Amino acid sequence: MTVSADQALDLYRVMATIRVFETTAGSLFAAGELPGFIHLSSGQEAVAAGVCSVLRRDDALTTTHRGHGHCIAKGGKVFGMLAELYGRAAGYGKGRSGSMHIADSSAGILGANAIVGGGLPMALGAAWSAQVRGEDRVAVAFFGDGAVAEGVFHETLNLAALWRLPLVLVCENNRVAEMTPSSVHLATTRVADFAGPYAIPGATVDGNDVLVVRDAAATAVARARAGEGPTLLECETHRIRGHFEGDPLRYRSAEETAAWAARDPLVLFRARLAELGVPSARVEAVDTEVAAEVRDAAAAAAAAAPAPVSSLLDDVRPGVS
Amino acid sequence: MARLKYWQAINQALREEMARDEAVCVLGEDVGAPGGPFGATKGLLDEFGAARVRDTPISEATIVGAALGASMTGLRPVVEVMFLDFMTVAMDQVVNQAAKVGYMSGGHYRAPMVVRTICASGRNTGPQHAQNLEAWLAHVPGLTVVWGSNPADARGLLKSAIRDDGPVVVIESLAEWSRRGEVADDPDALVPIGVAAVRRPGTDVTVVTWGGAVHRVDAAAAALADEVDVEVIDLRTISPWDRATVLESVRRTGRLVVVHDAVAAFGAGAEIAATVAEHCFGDLRAPVTRVAAPFAPSPFPPQLEAAYLPQPGTIADAIRASVLQGVR
Ligand SMILES: Cc1ncc(C[n+]2csc(CCOP(=O)(O)OP(=O)(O)O)c2C)c(N)n1
Repeated sequence: MTVSADQALDLYRVMATIRVFETTAGSLFAAGELPGFIHLSSGQEAVAAGVCSVLRRDDALTTTHRGHGHCIAKGGKVFGMLAELYGRAAGYGKGRSGSMHIADSSAGILGANAIVGGGLPMALGAAWSAQVRGEDRVAVAFFGDGAVAEGVFHETLNLAALWRLPLVLVCENNRVAEMTPSSVHLATTRVADFAGPYAIPGATVDGNDVLVVRDAAATAVARARAGEGPTLLECETHRIRGHFEGDPLRYRSAEETAAWAARDPLVLFRARLAELGVPSARVEAVDTEVAAEVRDAAAAAAAAAPAPVSSLLDDVRPGVS
Repeated sequence: MARLKYWQAINQALREEMARDEAVCVLGEDVGAPGGPFGATKGLLDEFGAARVRDTPISEATIVGAALGASMTGLRPVVEVMFLDFMTVAMDQVVNQAAKVGYMSGGHYRAPMVVRTICASGRNTGPQHAQNLEAWLAHVPGLTVVWGSNPADARGLLKSAIRDDGPVVVIESLAEWSRRGEVADDPDALVPIGVAAVRRPGTDVTVVTWGGAVHRVDAAAAALADEVDVEVIDLRTISPWDRATVLESVRRTGRLVVVHDAVAAFGAGAEIAATVAEHCFGDLRAPVTRVAAPFAPSPFPPQLEAAYLPQPGTIADAIRASVLQGVR
């Protein structure tokens, strides 16, 4: 799949927005501004940007506790997300659910999810509804290697394959679930191997190369849209930060950190942009714009009204608030 | 008015709602070609086709989650979880996902889905097929839980559930499966969610019950007719329950007996008793009592299961005790 300079710069903008968003969120968390838990996806931006670049707005997505990047790449608004992280009434969930629960019906974001594996069946359902309604929407489920050991992963694969659903299962394999390496929690080394038993295509790709991810996702999405069924796409990547902000990362060696720093997806893609002939001034302009966008959104979120106690019962049942 | 069996009333509700709204789809284990493990989905596959009536693998969590995802993207799925006991396998999708989608998305999404599930209590099915787990579900904000005790209510509640914009768990009683009853002909005759039925008006004591216990309470009330004027309330919706009807009744009678087939401890009866204690303290003329299953799994042999579930004799004793024991 060829990429024009403008398309490449758009991909870069998405990745840079995710990086700045999360760096900002990390600093705000460290400063005690954000309550609760946050899990950053820094280092995994190429997966979110690459996959979502081949999706339409009406395609559906489910993601995980580490889902900021997917939401941004799918069209989620940085202000609504930051306001949610701050617990502001203007946040996506009215500021009551937090970082792990961003949903946006106008962008097809069915929801991030604090339950490992929890989003897989929902994405399957979104794919099923497209099939029943005769629409050419597809659904994508993002999940980590940890979710592969959950029963719903296997149930979802079986059912998606059986019904030939327009579903793309994207595993971000960062080789660790919380503090436990995949060698301790998975029977295979390659997650894509699980495609075989369910007789669907599986692929393992470099998840830090956004163009490689984009190509693989384009193939899977085209297949799904054409009614040919699901694909399991494994993207090998690395989370730079700890499992959660505040994680002392005792399980990570300095060598590993250094090796992956050289493969930082933003660093790799900046070099690629130069090869594609994108002038560095344009890249820097994107950096400046993105930094300003996130800074302004964060300031606006900080200044926004906190979720009021009167909203405790809102949206518990439809029509009742 | 037609006289239908309980399962036929459910079947009719599904057929009518599928005909009325093409977003209504049915999925579950054995629901398609076999017509449901007990016949509730008979004929639907032929009438509405394989796109809308799907046999599924035995993957309770995933089929409930699929119903949720589909409900968020344009369908109104009715997913069958064969037995109420098996809801435990789907509990993440029910409790953490479906019940909270509206709240977590700040109202961005709704989950107009129904989970139909059968309680086989009273059919000698043993510890893993006869549990009355309604309190587990009713304890979760965001879930609606209904349970019809007769054909008309089973039909009308299921229709309301399908038309509701949030997730509703519809419990059905296998023990009532062949019971016949009058059912409305009007496809838009609904039984509203959250509204109890006064099955028998009375002045001496209020008995609140639901599900499979309703008919044993009726029998007890009928047997006591010469001695005690019993008011029998079939709750029909476990959550959100009809507090107004229950509190009004207890204020009049001054006495409350709650009867349910679930174990007493931490059950829905405790919630009702506590609410009555809070709101009707000055009106009560006797202690609130509960008649419920003992704190043990459900046994399978008929004589043991009969001893396990509240029977008309025990229920009548509790009603009599309430009247005798209290102040006039
Ligand atoms: C059902 C469930 N079990 C356990 C957890 C606690 N938990 C949160 S994230 C996580 C690890 C997930 O690892 P992975 O799926 O690889 O995603 P990653 O964090 O690497 O993005 C665990 C165990 C949870 N949230 N949900």
